[in-house]
Amino acid sequence: MSGKDHGTMNAAPLLRMRGIDKSFPGVHALANVSLDLHAGEVLALVGENGAGKSTLIKILGGAYRPDRGEILLDGVARQMTSPTVAQAAGVSIIYQEFNLVPDLTVRENIFLGRERVRWGFVRAPRERRQAERLFRKIGMTLDPAARCRDLTVAQQQTVEIAKALSVRARIIVMDEPTAALTSQEVENLFAIIRDLKSQGIGVIYISHRLDEVFEVADRVMVLRDGAHVGTHALGEITREALIEWMVGRPLEAEFPKRAAEVGQERLRVEGLCRGQAVRNVSFGVRAGEVLGFAGLVGAGRTETMRIVFGADRPDAGRIFVNGTEVRIRSPRDAMRRGICLLSEDRKAEGLVLRHSVRENFGLPNLERFLRGPFLSRRREGRELASYVARLKIKLADPEQPAEALSGGNQQKVVLAKWLARQADIVLIDEPTRGIDVGAKYEIYQLMNELAAEGKAILMVSSELPEVLGMSDRVIVMHEGRIKGEIRDVTNARQEDILALAISDETAEGARRA
Amino acid sequence: MTARILSDYGMVFVLIALGVLFSALTVQDQTPGAETAAEQLLERVARDCGKADTILLVGARQKESAALAALLGPRLKAAGFADTRTVVGSPRDVRLALDDIQANGKALAAVVTGPDAAKWRVLERIPQTHPSLARYRLLVPASYRWPDFLKRKNLLAIVDRIVVIAVIAVGMTMVIITAGIDLSVGSLIALSAVIGTVVMKHLGGLEAPAWVVLAGFAAGTAACGLVGGLGGLLVARFKVPPFITTLGIMMMARGLAFMITGGFSIYQVPKTLSWLGQGRSLGVPNTVLLLAALYAIAHVFMSHTRLGRYVYAVGGNEQAARLSGVPVRSVIVFVYGVSGLAAGLGGCIQASQLNTGTPNMGGMFELYVIAAVVVGGTSLAGGSGRILGTLIGAFIISVIQNGMNLLGMESYTQQVVLGGVILGAVLLDKLRSGTALGTLFKKQLHA
Repeated sequence: MSGKDHGTMNAAPLLRMRGIDKSFPGVHALANVSLDLHAGEVLALVGENGAGKSTLIKILGGAYRPDRGEILLDGVARQMTSPTVAQAAGVSIIYQEFNLVPDLTVRENIFLGRERVRWGFVRAPRERRQAERLFRKIGMTLDPAARCRDLTVAQQQTVEIAKALSVRARIIVMDEPTAALTSQEVENLFAIIRDLKSQGIGVIYISHRLDEVFEVADRVMVLRDGAHVGTHALGEITREALIEWMVGRPLEAEFPKRAAEVGQERLRVEGLCRGQAVRNVSFGVRAGEVLGFAGLVGAGRTETMRIVFGADRPDAGRIFVNGTEVRIRSPRDAMRRGICLLSEDRKAEGLVLRHSVRENFGLPNLERFLRGPFLSRRREGRELASYVARLKIKLADPEQPAEALSGGNQQKVVLAKWLARQADIVLIDEPTRGIDVGAKYEIYQLMNELAAEGKAILMVSSELPEVLGMSDRVIVMHEGRIKGEIRDVTNARQEDILALAISDETAEGARRA
Repeated sequence: MTARILSDYGMVFVLIALGVLFSALTVQDQTPGAETAAEQLLERVARDCGKADTILLVGARQKESAALAALLGPRLKAAGFADTRTVVGSPRDVRLALDDIQANGKALAAVVTGPDAAKWRVLERIPQTHPSLARYRLLVPASYRWPDFLKRKNLLAIVDRIVVIAVIAVGMTMVIITAGIDLSVGSLIALSAVIGTVVMKHLGGLEAPAWVVLAGFAAGTAACGLVGGLGGLLVARFKVPPFITTLGIMMMARGLAFMITGGFSIYQVPKTLSWLGQGRSLGVPNTVLLLAALYAIAHVFMSHTRLGRYVYAVGGNEQAARLSGVPVRSVIVFVYGVSGLAAGLGGCIQASQLNTGTPNMGGMFELYVIAAVVVGGTSLAGGSGRILGTLIGAFIISVIQNGMNLLGMESYTQQVVLGGVILGAVLLDKLRSGTALGTLFKKQLHA
């Protein structure tokens, strides 16, 4: 089959999503978003973190129900009520984290839940032949009897694609498929994608890497803050225009200005090591200063913060607080030295989600609310109220569970619980991950206020504009090492950071830029 | 505020409903106790009879009416009814007395007795057998209607039956709030009881003074606390799953209990042993006082102290708790230690109730304890639960068992019903807080 009409835009599209609306408590994730996908086409879906890409995909895949809007396949409206329904309708989604059972074989994974059976027995030879045929179809050789645990990431991805083909998927969604692939593996993947196109399958390709988008996609759709900015054929637009659509606002307005006096050195770290993750890391940070940590995911920034906070033990290295060497063996030790950490994973590490805001706020501060052996809830509530007012936390009731708050308000609660400890050294990992644009600005303002009060702030961020907009100095890390430092932040560009990160790396590293 | 109490302690209504149900089903004719009956009858005799009248007071041997007769006879005499004849014995004795009265040519003014003897044929047939005495009155105490379930004796039986489980459930609640489980408590009951009674035996046995009992209790409880704490160390330090850790301890503790006594029960215990489980202070059973004190302390501890808050935080999100400076390991060791101590104390109470220490005590108790905690609204997922909820859960289980006993249900049927009620209670809780109703609520919000 050749998909004779693909490329012609007037035929009924393979997939049409119209007027999709979706809200979560506190967040309007998607507003009136529409999407067309034709048979034999690769549509790239791009946008910043939190733009609504994954929400849109989850609606297509039946994981979420839209508040409004409709989904049409071949011009027929369909209700994607569950992932099973979506799969039966021909939609296969390959997430960043694969849906494979590591201890089952390739064959067993491909046919999981749809085993070919006769009289209750699995017809393994038949499954194996079908699996081999699928792999031949996409030009790969893979042993169907191999355990998925033993495969490389690229091979596991191939299994996912084969699985999608085995359910006769007509729409395949790939979410950041190249995030963990080497450049050769990326080339192989592109070959497979072109092959899928020629079979008349529609591919939605989600990626942050614009080079790849220009290489493999036919059209590109841009989402920003839950809104559909536009869809364009890639031949018609430039890379610069695409970035402008994605970012949307001029960067100057995004970050509040700060006037903090830089004082004495608060924290100094020398020769910190932990396995491969952190290798000989040294730096210092002064009162009133915001020190940014930039780098790719896995550069060792989070690991460094965790060691300073005592959450992990270093193999070697020394830590000085206000000029004296300290031993930090646990978060309790770190807290006693005036250090606090706002973790990158707020839900898993920052909050006890099902407990009330008051209890979350009180947790690191309980000794101050003690009257004799008993806790004074009144004192706890009074102090929380003062921080709710100061940080403008939107709260119906201090007794409501933390999980009921929006991301921005959750982050403010975490901030409040540490501010109440009067910590002098504030480590913030991804301060605005998953937070609305409006709340972002408020968080930035709070960070500036803290710096103005003479606290030292260490900020890890994967968003380059944020690092450049908020930091006084930027340390660039890569593969556990500090690769350089940018002192003149005002005149630095994002490319400078990336150049530092991959300075003496091979083409592999350059690709990632 | 009220809404929160309702959601925290919704099981109270289940308990009340069960109480009302069993009360309604067990309403019976009740006779007043001997003292009240004697007062009442004395009044009626004084109203209806003259001082010189012949009064026959009848008591059936070994029955309630005998006690009544013994009490009322002297009082009637004292009140001036000189010709009061008291007969305590069999119907034959009554006939002899009637013959005697008839032979003396007297008139019988009243027959006073309890409800048991009032039905005797000899009394009913007086008009036929002794026609001259036929103009008497039959005076019996007035009966009233009251549920068997609500009788004081029965309510105390409910407490007696649940006290061991309720005591242990205090520790289990804390363990389950940290998202753990403690399967060893049933075996620790036996270990504590055996260690305690063996210590008592060696410190003097039957004639030992009261402090020996205390020493035995202390030894049994402390040993169990130590075992629990060691288990907690395995869970906290080496990340052995709580289920496995306490399963191992459960087997080891049971085996140890048998090893210590060679498989026999220990009966050489001081008489004062029964004080804790069967005695009273100021008219209130010691078990009731102990339960009240223990639950009051545990409730205040869990809701108003720092360590209590830490217990909730560890169960709610261990990572977040650790990164907020909570000493997670110590908290875990602590809760398993408390669970061990509570099981040890439960063993002491059991030994005191039964006047012995036996290595097969407490079988399956861990499951009843867990059931009480879960029925009381504590989530096995950790992070939430209430101590007083557990008390209610324990009482729900005990009330159901007691009610079914009163209704004369077979013990096999009882097991089926009890299991069903436990499942129903937890299902109710899930529907209330969890998925089904929760999503319904959310949908309405979005609509």
